[in-house]
Amino acid sequence: MTVRYTKDHEWVRMEGDVAVVGITKHAAEQLGDVVFVELPETGRAFGQGDDMAVVESVKAASDVYAPIAGEIVDVNQAIVDEPAKVNEDPEGAAWFVKMKPADASALDSLMDEAAYKKLLENA
Amino acid sequence: MAMNAQGRPTRAEVTQAAAAQRAPTTFTGNRALQIEESLIFEKDAFDKTGVDLPEPKGTSRLGAHARDGAIGLPGLSEPETMRHFVRLSQKNYAIDMGPFPLGSCTMKHNPRLNEKMARLPGFADIHPLQPQSTVQGALALIHELAEWLIALTGMPAVAMSPKAGAHGELCGMMAIKAALEARGEAQTRKRVLAPESAHGTNPATAAQCGFRVDSIPADRSGRVDLAALKEKLGPDVAAIMVTNPNTCGLFERDVMAIAEAVHEAGGYFYCDGANFNAIAGKVRPGDLGVDAMHINLHKTFSTPHGGGGPGSGPVVLSEALAPFAPVPYVVKENGGYHLVETRRAAEAEGEGHAGGRLTAFHGQMGMFVRALSYMLSHGLDGIRQAAEDAVLNANYVLARLKTEMTPAFEGYCMHEALFDDRFMKGTGVETIDFAKAMIDEGYHPMTTYFPLVVRGAMLIEPTESESRQELDLFCDALLSIARRAKAGDPALKSAPHHAPRRRLDETAAARAPILRWTAPDRE
Amino acid sequence: MRYLPLTAADRRAMMDVIGVREVDDLFRDVPAAALNPKIDLPLHKSELEVERILSAMAAKNRAAGAGPFFVGCGAYRHHVPATVDHIIQRSEFLTAYTPYQPEIAQGTLQYLFEFQTQVAALTGMEVANASMYDGSTACAEAVLMAGRVTKRDRVVLSGGLHPHYAAVARTNLDLVGAKVAAVPLDPGGTENLAALIDANTSCVVVQNPDVFGNLRDLSPLAAACREKGALLIAVVTEAVSLGAVRSPGEMGADIVAGEGQSIGNALNFGGPYVGLFATRQKYVRQMPGRLCGQTVDADGKRGFVLTLSTREQHIRRDKATSNICTNSGLCALAFTVHMTLLGEKGLRRVAMLSHEAACKTADALAKVPGVKIETETFFNEFTIRLPTNASEVVNALAAKGVLAGVPGGRLWPHDPSTHDLLVVAATEMTTDQDIAAVARALEEVL
Repeated sequence: MTVRYTKDHEWVRMEGDVAVVGITKHAAEQLGDVVFVELPETGRAFGQGDDMAVVESVKAASDVYAPIAGEIVDVNQAIVDEPAKVNEDPEGAAWFVKMKPADASALDSLMDEAAYKKLLENA
Repeated sequence: MAMNAQGRPTRAEVTQAAAAQRAPTTFTGNRALQIEESLIFEKDAFDKTGVDLPEPKGTSRLGAHARDGAIGLPGLSEPETMRHFVRLSQKNYAIDMGPFPLGSCTMKHNPRLNEKMARLPGFADIHPLQPQSTVQGALALIHELAEWLIALTGMPAVAMSPKAGAHGELCGMMAIKAALEARGEAQTRKRVLAPESAHGTNPATAAQCGFRVDSIPADRSGRVDLAALKEKLGPDVAAIMVTNPNTCGLFERDVMAIAEAVHEAGGYFYCDGANFNAIAGKVRPGDLGVDAMHINLHKTFSTPHGGGGPGSGPVVLSEALAPFAPVPYVVKENGGYHLVETRRAAEAEGEGHAGGRLTAFHGQMGMFVRALSYMLSHGLDGIRQAAEDAVLNANYVLARLKTEMTPAFEGYCMHEALFDDRFMKGTGVETIDFAKAMIDEGYHPMTTYFPLVVRGAMLIEPTESESRQELDLFCDALLSIARRAKAGDPALKSAPHHAPRRRLDETAAARAPILRWTAPDRE
Repeated sequence: MRYLPLTAADRRAMMDVIGVREVDDLFRDVPAAALNPKIDLPLHKSELEVERILSAMAAKNRAAGAGPFFVGCGAYRHHVPATVDHIIQRSEFLTAYTPYQPEIAQGTLQYLFEFQTQVAALTGMEVANASMYDGSTACAEAVLMAGRVTKRDRVVLSGGLHPHYAAVARTNLDLVGAKVAAVPLDPGGTENLAALIDANTSCVVVQNPDVFGNLRDLSPLAAACREKGALLIAVVTEAVSLGAVRSPGEMGADIVAGEGQSIGNALNFGGPYVGLFATRQKYVRQMPGRLCGQTVDADGKRGFVLTLSTREQHIRRDKATSNICTNSGLCALAFTVHMTLLGEKGLRRVAMLSHEAACKTADALAKVPGVKIETETFFNEFTIRLPTNASEVVNALAAKGVLAGVPGGRLWPHDPSTHDLLVVAATEMTTDQDIAAVARALEEVL
């Protein structure tokens, strides 16, 4: 399944009928050493673009937005316990949440990898 | 010949062996005047005290409320206490040691007369709830200081009780909210506009008052984009919060047009007065259309910063907002002074809708004494000269440094000169490295990475307290660092090398916070 | 002007380097009509002249030390050793800035770390911040924090809470639209606050000793709060009391908001003071204000830094835990130096001497005909009921050179039921002669 991106530097990837969400490598580099992650409770529902999680480095704090509407079915406790993982593998092991999308086709409205790369180049 | 003493070397021996022996590590870790100092909790002093007090008689009526069990507070004898804190003090940089060019923070000389005056028993040893007949001099002082602030700002009223600049902002924005409520528009006007370059306290304060913050962009000259601002104005705008001179060290040329546009749209103009020191005695915010502005007494009027407070943040208010000032306030009548301490008392005095209370007592009296002492000493002429010298010094630094460094904006500045990091582009040296290299040269770094709108910002505020000789050496030192940066000197990346500590690991501090000492066996 | 180093020749030479003819060329962005207005203020004065003017103003105030003094209610007159004032006047502390460059601010940072540890120990809590403006703003910030933690918006303020603290909390709560439960005044310290906690209550705020001087056992209330998911905020306006009475932490408080003035700091007519703020480790990220933390430098040596600043306004802006940008650094230093001299031993002693002085004062006043002691169990402050208006009595006693306490009418001007009450405080500074004098004067006046 392909990965989709938002302009706010979240990525989302479908695994079966569950969407896995995290922040991009670019976002992790921009933040610097991540020192704190706050994740939502499972069962909570978010609309597209809602504040969903918080990620902090020493000098920066950023909200993580829900890339698509849906309900949280799982969160990655490992990055709460060891925030450094977000810098090590942001687009792999350091995923943030898994959501049940309200509408899986919403992913189609997001950027593909090429479009996201272009966004970064133009920034 | 009788010799009663043995000769010994009286000058440094310049041999190759001696030259090679540089800065060996010491057994204690101390480096001459730099002495390592443990925490008070690590001195095995839980059973000592440094005060002599009579033995209590042992009568207690506390009953079941009595505290038992150890509290865990060490006590040190007087010489140990003195040595502990003096050793700590010697790890601090201070204005009294050298230039402290922190932009936006205004680190100017702190006259000791002010300290002496604040310690007069008639000011320091009086209680806020003593009968008012016994504190007429204190109330007179608050009133006198208020008169000075009113005269210098050209505003009709001032609220004295806010405890610091941000507290003053809260006071001013509360007055705006209350005024909107009185107009019946509190529910419709929920948006506050603030430039992207604003101090963080502005959006934080607006949010604390229940407003939504909308940012306004800057134009190419580093000032509020008037056209963009006008587009953002509307019937839902409560106020605009603008710092003037702004956080880029520039005077907002369109300030009167900004005020007019905001007023026309039915909103209020909150001015962040953090940089009032640049214009005190030269420009009155009241002439510019400001509705509320806090004044940091610890900046403009030099009540000391004290390593991070206490501050003091009186707020001047326009006619429209004056009725919404908080209690308490001092009223002069029949040759005497009295305090209005409650809202109902204020209403009974015909003061309209006085705002609520911001602090337990009457404000930072100790800071009021110092600020008035500063004002009386300077007089109008000295205050005006101080503003001019502050602006002159900043422009001198700007003129001298722009040969090697890149100013963020064109033209003259007010009291602080802003540079970006373009001059170091591609060198691998960053603003933080430049700042830390200044520490090795014996300077406190400038403000870095603020304002946020300028990449790698370096904001230099020399203040009026620096002499030309001091500024010349300072500029020469910064130029030398700039040249080293351009040459890619790797030593900059690991600076400071000569400070009491090397760079500290802030990541580790934040990932696993240790916020207090704990006994080793409890860890 | 003695504070300005530049000479006319310096200014001329610098303008030449800048390339301007006169200094007002640098002010050219100021609208011409607004530049250099006529301002009616006096010109500069010598040090001697300023000293004369301010000393004359100071002389019009009756200093606490000038005679018998029993005023408390949130500010207390304890002895401050000379060492304290010497240390806080050292240049390196007095004229330093917030320790944003930790390599050259370890002095400030280490004492803040020591301060945090002392405050945590004193209050019986896990963590404390680097101080707030004062006790009343610490209390208001605690109430706002409870709202963030519990996501509820109803607050119960005890009827024994200092009315000015309650007013400051209300001011801040009004701004965010939170509700405050109506609780009647409680001079006897017998109110049942547990019954007022509902499912929407974020916190209960109780002062101990309360504003009337009553000592309260907060444990049952702490249990009730826990059961209903509300936080217990304990307010302490007399920090010295913690050397003698059970700490809020011991009794189950979730947040302690205190006034630290009475350790190391003068009365100063109400400020600057030093707010104490302590809580449980699990709420650290919801705390307002600065925090100092331990770490290591590049050589592995221990050092200290400001930390968790992503909570604060300069990073979080409109989403910060508070708009606070400063602490009360120098007052916190005074607190820490005094507390270091005292140690646990000295603190307990000051506390018990204050308690004993208050007991003696109460015994002496109880013998004055018409006076009734209202407070059963107290630390160093208690309330008496007079047969007449207490404000008038206080004024009459002031005329006799005795400052006898805080009359109910000063704190609750709109509540006549308090107008015959007088709150009386004593400390280790109170002498037997002072006690005899106040009793004698009161008898004469009544």
